[in-house]
Amino acid sequence: MNVGTLINDLTVFVLAILLGFEVISRVPATLHTPLMSGTNSIHGIILVGAIALGAAADNPLTGAIAFIAVVFAGTNVVGGYWVTDRMLQMFKRRPVPKADKSAE
Amino acid sequence: MNPTDLGYLVQFAFLIGALLFAMGLHLMNSPASARNGNRLSAIGMTIAVISELVFVANSSPGIGNWAIIIGGLVVGGAAGLRLARTVAMTAMPQLVSLFNAMGGGAAALLAIDDFVRLSGQRTPEGALASLDGWLILFIVVDVVVGSVTFTGSLIATAKLMGRLKGQPIILPGGRFLSAVALIVSISCSIVLVLAGAGLFNYDTEILNALLIAALVGALIFGVTMVLPIGGADMPVVISMLNAFTGTAVAMAGFVVGNVILIVAGALVGASGAILTKLMADAMNRSIANILVGGFGVAEGSQAAMTSEGGTIREVSVDDAAIQLAYASKVVIVPGYGLAVAQAQHGVRELADLLEARGIDVSYAIHPVAGRMPGHMNVLLAEANVPYPQLKEMDDINPEFERTDVALVIGANDVTNPAARTDRSSPIFGMPILDVDHARSIIVMKRSMGRGYAGVDNPLYVNPKTGMYFADAKQGLANLIAAVKAQ
Repeated sequence: MNVGTLINDLTVFVLAILLGFEVISRVPATLHTPLMSGTNSIHGIILVGAIALGAAADNPLTGAIAFIAVVFAGTNVVGGYWVTDRMLQMFKRRPVPKADKSAE
Repeated sequence: MNPTDLGYLVQFAFLIGALLFAMGLHLMNSPASARNGNRLSAIGMTIAVISELVFVANSSPGIGNWAIIIGGLVVGGAAGLRLARTVAMTAMPQLVSLFNAMGGGAAALLAIDDFVRLSGQRTPEGALASLDGWLILFIVVDVVVGSVTFTGSLIATAKLMGRLKGQPIILPGGRFLSAVALIVSISCSIVLVLAGAGLFNYDTEILNALLIAALVGALIFGVTMVLPIGGADMPVVISMLNAFTGTAVAMAGFVVGNVILIVAGALVGASGAILTKLMADAMNRSIANILVGGFGVAEGSQAAMTSEGGTIREVSVDDAAIQLAYASKVVIVPGYGLAVAQAQHGVRELADLLEARGIDVSYAIHPVAGRMPGHMNVLLAEANVPYPQLKEMDDINPEFERTDVALVIGANDVTNPAARTDRSSPIFGMPILDVDHARSIIVMKRSMGRGYAGVDNPLYVNPKTGMYFADAKQGLANLIAAVKAQ
């Protein structure tokens, strides 16, 4: 790892942390569970690294490691986004019309 | 296409992916836009993954490599889909925790593979081919943090699922084992970094053995760290493990030289850190204090169980119904006991009934009302409670003064006024919902058992308080029937 790459990567890292603090501190407490499961899906991006490892695997050990990593990350991505969507569709400003009538 | 050009194009696609992640999180600032935010983030993920697949395809890997990639995607995708579609909302904390384990585990695996590759590459003289202390530093941090996250999250999942006792599990010598595992893990890591920087010249076997020692130490530490932590501290633990996973993923980004991993890991790490701080503040405890563990079993809390000796006033279901039916403002305070009894729908039905009578109804949600941050809000949203009625602690507390009836269901410690007044109380200083400021209070509770902290609640002997002893689900059904009769 040359110094230039290191500095570049560190810059990106630090700025992304600041961006994260800025964006996430605006999320209301009501949405903290979907936020957490949403960020969970985002860390599933490790899938990209796992795929690269799978493509480079040239021995059984690396192959096995890559396969497990792809399975873990794939579960993480697909499950994470799906369940977050499932939760968020339940958040409604007004109850469903039927419940609305009974309330009036 | 020329691999270098394609590489640039893929890098650009990753930049767009990272941008969509950040925009998606930004849209989470309101429940109205959050669903689109999540979709935007999912589009970013799809772009990144497809770009990587195109890049990989261009280097024409063997059939075996494709089998690993496609097979892994199919198995993982199917497992993820199944989990996400079938999980009950009460079980969200264990699912999130399980996903934490997977993310942390995958990040650690990437670094392990990189390390094994590096430690085997030698110059003709037998020294490490690439002396790189920084790279080794990122690798060992990734392996150690990822492994702690992996086992720690699995233990947290097992606890939340009820496979392990929710109460703090104190193993004899557990803290000693914990300390030893951590020290071994960290010292092996330091030696590895120094070797990477060229200070020592070890054989490949020794380097690999040191990494295995660091790995095993971290795996053990993950277990011993989470085992002694009690169920009600889970919101803090899950948030912290979330931050760990983000860190591990960002480190993996440094190791494999991929900027989108760094950005995504940093975003997740920031989110986890913020939530950890919010949760710890909501319990008025330091993170170190929670990790040392055993709130309910600490000696200090036993000593503080001095009852003030007041008398408890019981109310009948009809009295409670009359109070509610003729109030003009009612605040419902749900606690985890409500979710355990699966009584969220009953609460919403009661609220609908009261609203139909023109009563102003809202819900006061304490930050640690569930088993993870924001958990209670999701459970109530599932029961069709409109989100504008869900009020955060700081917004609702001033309103209790103007509240006719505060209805506390399955919540205890978060309503305990001793946290404000009694310096000797173990929960002194914890921010609470000021239900005792309401004109009258109805507490629905199964029995006079103490809350998680094992502390008496002076709210129950307050002359304004009526105790309605019932299981949350059955009690609400009776209350609904009684209100209808009014």
